[in-house]
Amino acid sequence: MFHYLHDLAMVFGGEAGQGLQTVTETLLRILKKGGYNLFSCTEYMSRIRGGCNTTEIRITDKNRKAYLGRIDMLFALSPLAVDHLESRISPETLLFAEKEKFSGKWSEQCIDTPWTKFAHETGSAVFTNTVAAGVVLGIIGTPLESFTDYLREQFAEKGDDIVSKNTVAAKLGYDFGRRTALEKDILLPPPTARESSSRLLMDGNAALGIGAIAAGCNFISTYPMSPGTGLLTFLASKAKTFGVVVDQAEDEIAAINAALGASYAGARAVVTTSGGGFDLMQEGVSLAGMIETPMVIHLAQRPGPATGLPTRTEQGDLNLALYAGHGDFARAILAPGTLEELTEAMPHAFSLANKFQIPVFVLTDQYLLDAITTIDAACIKQRPIAESIIQTGADYQRYALSDDGLSPRGVPGYGEGVVRIDSDEHDEQGLITESFVMRHRMVEKRLRRKQLLRETALLPTIIGSLEEADTLVICWGSNRGLLEEVLDTLGNKKVAGLHFCQPYPLNPIVATLLENKKIVVVENNATGQLADLLSLETRSRIPGRILKATGEPFTVEEMVNELNKLNHA
Amino acid sequence: MAPATDMAWCPGCGNLMLHHAVKSALHELHIERKNLVMVSGIGQAAKSPQYINANMFNGLHGRALPAALGIKLSNRNLVVVVESGDGDMYGEGGNHFIHAIRRNLDVTVIVHNNMVYGLTKGQASPTSQRGMITPVQLNGVLLEPFNPLAVALAMNAPFVARAYAADVEETKEMIKQAITFRGFSLVDVFQPCVVFNKVNTYQWFKENTCYLPKNHDTRDRIAAFGLAIGPGKLPLGIFYRNEERDIYEDLLGIGNTPLYQKEAPDEKAFQAMIEAYR
Repeated sequence: MFHYLHDLAMVFGGEAGQGLQTVTETLLRILKKGGYNLFSCTEYMSRIRGGCNTTEIRITDKNRKAYLGRIDMLFALSPLAVDHLESRISPETLLFAEKEKFSGKWSEQCIDTPWTKFAHETGSAVFTNTVAAGVVLGIIGTPLESFTDYLREQFAEKGDDIVSKNTVAAKLGYDFGRRTALEKDILLPPPTARESSSRLLMDGNAALGIGAIAAGCNFISTYPMSPGTGLLTFLASKAKTFGVVVDQAEDEIAAINAALGASYAGARAVVTTSGGGFDLMQEGVSLAGMIETPMVIHLAQRPGPATGLPTRTEQGDLNLALYAGHGDFARAILAPGTLEELTEAMPHAFSLANKFQIPVFVLTDQYLLDAITTIDAACIKQRPIAESIIQTGADYQRYALSDDGLSPRGVPGYGEGVVRIDSDEHDEQGLITESFVMRHRMVEKRLRRKQLLRETALLPTIIGSLEEADTLVICWGSNRGLLEEVLDTLGNKKVAGLHFCQPYPLNPIVATLLENKKIVVVENNATGQLADLLSLETRSRIPGRILKATGEPFTVEEMVNELNKLNHA
Repeated sequence: MAPATDMAWCPGCGNLMLHHAVKSALHELHIERKNLVMVSGIGQAAKSPQYINANMFNGLHGRALPAALGIKLSNRNLVVVVESGDGDMYGEGGNHFIHAIRRNLDVTVIVHNNMVYGLTKGQASPTSQRGMITPVQLNGVLLEPFNPLAVALAMNAPFVARAYAADVEETKEMIKQAITFRGFSLVDVFQPCVVFNKVNTYQWFKENTCYLPKNHDTRDRIAAFGLAIGPGKLPLGIFYRNEERDIYEDLLGIGNTPLYQKEAPDEKAFQAMIEAYR
């Protein structure tokens, strides 16, 4: 008897190039249409062929957005998947594999699943993926028509023969899955999600990219680097429709300097990169601070130092974003944690960058960007972004001194004035100066905006009840789904959560939220970078830290264990 | 308001003559100051835009070309002139120099080439001659000098010229041609540094340069390359001119509307994008 009434975790493992992604994408699309609550995340090796990549798909009764360590069903397209996932496979795991391909690895736990045999019966090995998806849908019990309709749509252009062969392959796999489900008495969470047509299915990259388009982003210059490349490819694919200028730069230094040139000329410019590439961009952050030019930087984190683990995940670059660039100037850092927050991140980043004329970071990570789940379509809207550009008069001065430190932003060619910016210390006109008096004024000018920036900073999201809790578990960025699920699972009113989607600057109210609470900070890094920042801002020591820096996200089980330990301590 | 004219250059500096040539060229071409952006990096030469009453992007060391790229792609109606030194353009910004030529953006690049570092006080530059003794290269420069014209021609830069700052009239004419040329135009300008370069003096340039032969065909890239690497006196003039190369703005399909005037995305197109995820 295999009853998964609240939560089913399926994992698909195979070699790079085997078509794993096609299988999981197909399943997600069909299951989403079927009204299931879905969450999927992927881990992969830094190679084009071979190795072992895996994707987890969860079907849950409640809305869950976190990575589960447990595997209820493993669909192993290659024996390597079994080795790779050894620590997560339990005696309860149903292991679907093809005996013929598993000679030495075969165990009693395996269920012989003849996907290639069925594919060959249909005509060719190319149908293996269709068989595999069919097996899964058969187990789940989704009507076969939803799959065959999907296949008809997908392969329409390839002709009737391909459609009908795929349909045959689908049925072979599906019938096998159905039989197995009945034999094993498999039961799943029912489709409980709201009407499927109001929901969209997408990964973090798409959500971030849609947000960029919604924000009117019209310039991107970038050098590709995982996991930051997704935004570049997304915007490149929309360039024609939305008039986005896309330049693949020769290096990250060129990328950010070009983006600053664009922003100076009035573009809404973004760069996207990861830690190593961002190291090279740091001079541009400092330049943005000096020339008071809006700059949005997507920093997609992966484990460092140096090349680190190129395709893995970590939250190790908060300090990098916080301290990048020499000299004193204002900045803001956003760290979205859900698809909804990802769609809002870019509009908010551009608003802040335009209003305060500063560099603004959007910190994400591989896990968040590659995770696929659903979002309510109504959440995604175009938002008018505060535009700071003015038409200049003949006597325009780019750095005119003002009470709040902000000067009207002119751009070249718009108005009668000339717009001068200088990386050297400059006067109000933007011309080089070595006057100590002017230097002092300009330093103050650049920093004065920090106050309003702090006061208007986004507040953390409260999970649970602050009033009842004596312990506060804090996270930022991609760990929001994890914290929500774990706190819900624990069901302990004495433990509440805070998720920071803006780690910097911290709103002055944050300090009061933390008062008289036992604080535990959860971070996917080795030292507790947000915990350090909170310590600094709240002038208190924060020893409670749950950290992980293996290159993997936290599992729900790990976090439940850690929080249970705290309760018993 | 007129910009300050407290120039940071030494008396007798080649920058002064080149600056005069640049200003005269801009004046004679009737380029409106509000449509002109002077872009530079860092160094003594890179201060030039400070002394011109026009839009200015005085960015970071070596990064004039990336900034110029961003500006031009965001508003192609602007006239973008990059002015920087040999260290900035060929050393710190060498990679950008190569890739800017590959793109072929419609910008003009004027390089003050005095074969020495001035602002950091006399070290070798990428174009310093072998054997030149400096406070750092105590046994003389060991490295082969960077040959900007040969590199530009190898990368198929469509407008390649070399001027000598002391000949203000010829320099101005070359700059005018470069600015009106549609595409990436390089004018490498020899100029003496009277304080730090005791090798390449006014006298040296007089003895070691000559104008290109009158019969040089500026459409002949191979001949231009031969002249750029050839022995003997260093030729001055327009080496190469190729109006056939497509410019990057056109290849990218950049329209005439500056990005700051772009309207919010069309709501129908936006909804269609979202529909793909339903």
